[in-house]
Amino acid sequence: MKRLIRLEINGRKHEDAVADNLLLVDYLREAKKLTGTKKGCDGGECGACTVLIDGVARPSCITLAATCDGHKIETIEGQAKNGRLSALQRSFHENLGTQCGFCTPGMIMAAEALLRQNPEPNEDAIRSALGGNLCRCTGYVKIIKSVRAAAGAKT
Amino acid sequence: MSKRTKGEPGTRHAIAGKPVPLVDGIEKVTGKALYTADLETEDALIGRILRSPVSHGLISRLDVSKALALEGVRAVVTGADCDHTYGVIPIAMNEYPLARDKVRYRGEAVAAVAAIDAATAELALELIELEIEELQAYYTAEEARAPDAVLLHDDKPGNLEREVHHEFGDLQAGFSNAAFVLSERFDCAEVNHAQMEPHAALAYYDDERSRLTVHSVTQVPFYVHLMLARCLNMDASRIRVVTPFVGGGFGSRTETLNFELIVALLARAANGKVMMRLTREETLITHRGRPHTTVKLKIGMTNEGRIAAVECETVQRGGAYAGYGLVTILYAGALLHGIYDIAAIKYDGYRVYANLPPCGAMRGHGTVDVRHAFECMIDRMARELGLDPFQVRRMNMVAAPSRTLNDLMVNSCGLGECIDAVEKASGWKERKAKLPPGRGLGMACSHYVSGAAKPVHWTGEPHAVVSMKLDFDGGITVFTGASDIGQGSTTMVALAAAEILNVDIARIRLITNDSAVTPKDNGSYSSRVTFMVGNAAIEASKNLRKILVAAAAKKLDANPEDIICEAETFSVRGSEQSMMSFADVAIAALADDGTINVKGTFTCPPEAQGGKHRGGAVGSTMGFSYAAQVVEVSIDPDTCLVTVEKVWAALDCGFAINPLAVEGQIEGSVWMGMGQAISEETVYANGLPVHGSLLEYRMPTIVESPDIDVTIVESIDPLGPFGAKEAGEGALSGFPPALVNAIADAIGIDMNTLPVRPDRLMEALVARRRKDKITARNSEEVS
Repeated sequence: MKRLIRLEINGRKHEDAVADNLLLVDYLREAKKLTGTKKGCDGGECGACTVLIDGVARPSCITLAATCDGHKIETIEGQAKNGRLSALQRSFHENLGTQCGFCTPGMIMAAEALLRQNPEPNEDAIRSALGGNLCRCTGYVKIIKSVRAAAGAKT
Repeated sequence: MSKRTKGEPGTRHAIAGKPVPLVDGIEKVTGKALYTADLETEDALIGRILRSPVSHGLISRLDVSKALALEGVRAVVTGADCDHTYGVIPIAMNEYPLARDKVRYRGEAVAAVAAIDAATAELALELIELEIEELQAYYTAEEARAPDAVLLHDDKPGNLEREVHHEFGDLQAGFSNAAFVLSERFDCAEVNHAQMEPHAALAYYDDERSRLTVHSVTQVPFYVHLMLARCLNMDASRIRVVTPFVGGGFGSRTETLNFELIVALLARAANGKVMMRLTREETLITHRGRPHTTVKLKIGMTNEGRIAAVECETVQRGGAYAGYGLVTILYAGALLHGIYDIAAIKYDGYRVYANLPPCGAMRGHGTVDVRHAFECMIDRMARELGLDPFQVRRMNMVAAPSRTLNDLMVNSCGLGECIDAVEKASGWKERKAKLPPGRGLGMACSHYVSGAAKPVHWTGEPHAVVSMKLDFDGGITVFTGASDIGQGSTTMVALAAAEILNVDIARIRLITNDSAVTPKDNGSYSSRVTFMVGNAAIEASKNLRKILVAAAAKKLDANPEDIICEAETFSVRGSEQSMMSFADVAIAALADDGTINVKGTFTCPPEAQGGKHRGGAVGSTMGFSYAAQVVEVSIDPDTCLVTVEKVWAALDCGFAINPLAVEGQIEGSVWMGMGQAISEETVYANGLPVHGSLLEYRMPTIVESPDIDVTIVESIDPLGPFGAKEAGEGALSGFPPALVNAIADAIGIDMNTLPVRPDRLMEALVARRRKDKITARNSEEVS
């Protein structure tokens, strides 16, 4: 069955009829062409698909699109404002918090949720907030550095 | 923060050697980077694979008629659609894209469907009728090698893919010179690359012109191109292979994989476009990881700590097909050499077929498990002889320049500085004896090749080609077929060009990985790209510079030798008035012939290509990287959970063209070694992967990953680009032994099985407590 959802994605309003079983990640990637949100696993394992729902980091691969009716979704595509990278995007770029880049959108979104809630997180808080986001390239060293540097730049 | 021992930024070069972000980093942080699975599929069919439910058997019936009749299904292909094998080594290609007659592992592709959507494709798979007559299946090398075992491949008696027997030096004399001889057996689990991007490929077949285009996640587009031509029986000129952004490789994509061929077979059968996105479980089945390995090692050492002789037997459970297998088993022996100066080394290697998904090349290809055993034993022997583990390594280090016993070329070696750096940084001397109970420090050394000096597809061509275009706009476009898999190779090429041409890196545009446009490249594997492609980029840039200098000299009425080019300005030595901007020189250079195209090549000289003995080319390289590391662990006495508190790693990469990327490579490889050491392993239940998700395949999360202190050592290799060697693999194999040595230091237990899971460590601890109790009781009875 399909149902009508009205939601906001990266500040723009959308209205779509979606199947009950359509996952948010597939809705974003296929219907909205927002392929920055990645699928790295078969459901809830890796965090590559992390988006913000009303400011909270959520894995979009185990979220139904239908449940997003009336909510605000933010993806990696909405992070740069007026062509300027967000503090986290710039920091991940400059500190090599990204290598192959596949985990990066999810990693940045999870970190974004953290920094909004806790603008000056210590290392434990960063590790805890990104605990559900796997990266296979960096050993996480420069990811932690990137988040710390972004927090410093924001405050 | 990394430290460097030589070549401080700016001292040697204007651009190379300074840390820079990746040239394609903006795309990655903004989500604009398109990976294969992100490519437009509005008009594409969706491909799905039917996989064998049994591990070993003869296909007695395969009927696809009902699937083909389903509405929305556009093509179904089976083994009958392709009778060409594929593989890596020309003499060992024994795998079909889709099984024909026989299946050899659970999950092997049997048939594939292309349909208008995923649901239809999945339903069609259900309608395929498959009957298999089961055969005895083998899941360990030991079972597969049993005298009465059924053969997986009729031409391979004993289920042996390849045996290697190499002996160099006088073994008997070596062992008789040794004061102490130790023999041990090590078992290392099979591990997977588990790159974050699941496998995917998009194929488009243009029936009108009989042309095929394939986009894939590969590290080796050239090899995929060759295998597509072979398996589809097509003229290679009608095929185009494109690699978009690649979400990690680590070796999982260094050979053509079945789905890349299947998607093309489907596209041709359907006369259209087919997207195939594998699930994570399928990606783990299509793994080509590091094989389960048993190493039996015997080392003889003098009282002073000199390694007198080494005897090594290695058995690798390679899985059902050849793949890179024979290279892996040769590497395991060849890389016993090249790090320490040892008078006699004997190696016996056995690569065994078993009914499991095929193994292949994984970061540190071939060397990791043998290096693990070696470095653990050196430590134990030093302990037994009352010697310092750092000193023992220093005293045995290989000298540069030199040639090893097995005829490998060693031109530069900064291992001594690596050892010094981690000893100092970790505070080893001051802290070692004062650590609290349950805490320990361990160290180990390692090395790796900077590309194979003789590639697997030997054509006689140069090892790398880079081409360049300079046009009216003054823009320099560099074309390379090298796959950037996250290691930063595209940035490395841009830096090399910017350095030689003395231009802003922003003036350079990179076009990579499209067989229709970029020159052929062997691919991103065995850490060949910086050394080979880097040197080719330097040569191409020098060729372009020569043209620019000549044009500037003509315009400025000076001798080319007197032309200086600095920061995009050409001037005449000694004459401050005579100056031209880069853009003006470019226009002047184009005046005679128009758009300028140049290229540069790199060829490994014959003396780098290894010994004349059988298999002697494997292990041959232009330059070895060297690494040392110290690992600090703490062990929970109740759970035996091992926590890695900190790692100090130093790697000699010759010269860090981009120190930021080098640091990232060292951190990432050390960490990957940690995964293999403490938690990662594949587990099969009757051939079914129990580890088939990223929850079950336990790579470390950010929570249990330590800080890694990095020192970059720069030995300035005489043949490397700006002196550079590889940086992405050498440090990996030092981690597992450094960890095991640290555990021994912490609680006095020597572990010989990887990974050191808490249950394994607990078992060893309980066994020791029991032994201690019995010893105590016996001594009470005696007294």
